[in-house]
Amino acid sequence: MHLAGRSILLVLAGGTAGTAAREALSLTIPAVGGIPVAIFAINIVGALFLGALLEGLSRRGPDVGRRRSLRLLLGTGFAGGFTTYSALAVDTGLLLTDGHAAAGIGYALATVAVGALATVAGIALAAARHRKQAAR
Amino acid sequence: MTPLLFVALSLAGGVGAALRLIVDGAIKARVRGAFPLGTLLINVSGSFILGFVTQLATGGSLDDAWRLVIGTGLCGGFTTFSTASFETVRLVQQRRYALASVNAVGTLVAAVAAGLLGIVLGRLISG
Repeated sequence: MHLAGRSILLVLAGGTAGTAAREALSLTIPAVGGIPVAIFAINIVGALFLGALLEGLSRRGPDVGRRRSLRLLLGTGFAGGFTTYSALAVDTGLLLTDGHAAAGIGYALATVAVGALATVAGIALAAARHRKQAAR
Repeated sequence: MTPLLFVALSLAGGVGAALRLIVDGAIKARVRGAFPLGTLLINVSGSFILGFVTQLATGGSLDDAWRLVIGTGLCGGFTTFSTASFETVRLVQQRRYALASVNAVGTLVAAVAAGLLGIVLGRLISG
């Protein structure tokens, strides 16, 4: 229970910071032609970051102690709170029902496809960095 | 946006993220298997609630500050794109291509449908 409480606090702290960063960015970057480009960019950058983080941590060792704390704080918490699926879904739904079906479908599919590529890129970056360090 | 509202929204996002940890853990403890059902259910239910509160605020039945705290904060922090994307890529790495496609496309279609359902329900309530 002590461990569970600690995990929840780490995720709470990371999620609060991630949500603050998401809102600060989406208040700064306006939508373009009804497409929420801020949320698009946030989801892509967050996917890249999570890919790099999880790959980097798992290459350093098992998911215990400090690595587990970092995963909960920065991964489940920060990246989880920074990125959002609900805004993607509802903004897509609004585009679809407001007569901008092509934009809605394009926005949704682009997020999922580019997001997957960003995740792969993040994993590859962390793997390359790890190999470079191991070669030293 | 007032500084107080920004802080409340951010904290709600932290609470949403903590709820995601708890719900995902509870689902993982009950449902075994390679498919990341927890994240899918979290993203679909969070999209439904966001659609609902967005429509209530549009219809004037809910103060916009509550839409920001419950919708942008709580639902935004509860749902996650990065984990959904990572779990899809991990399924591809494991050569579970069918599950990866179901996860990527299924989550998207179900979350958009849930968001629309929330909007429809909000319209019924706020008139």
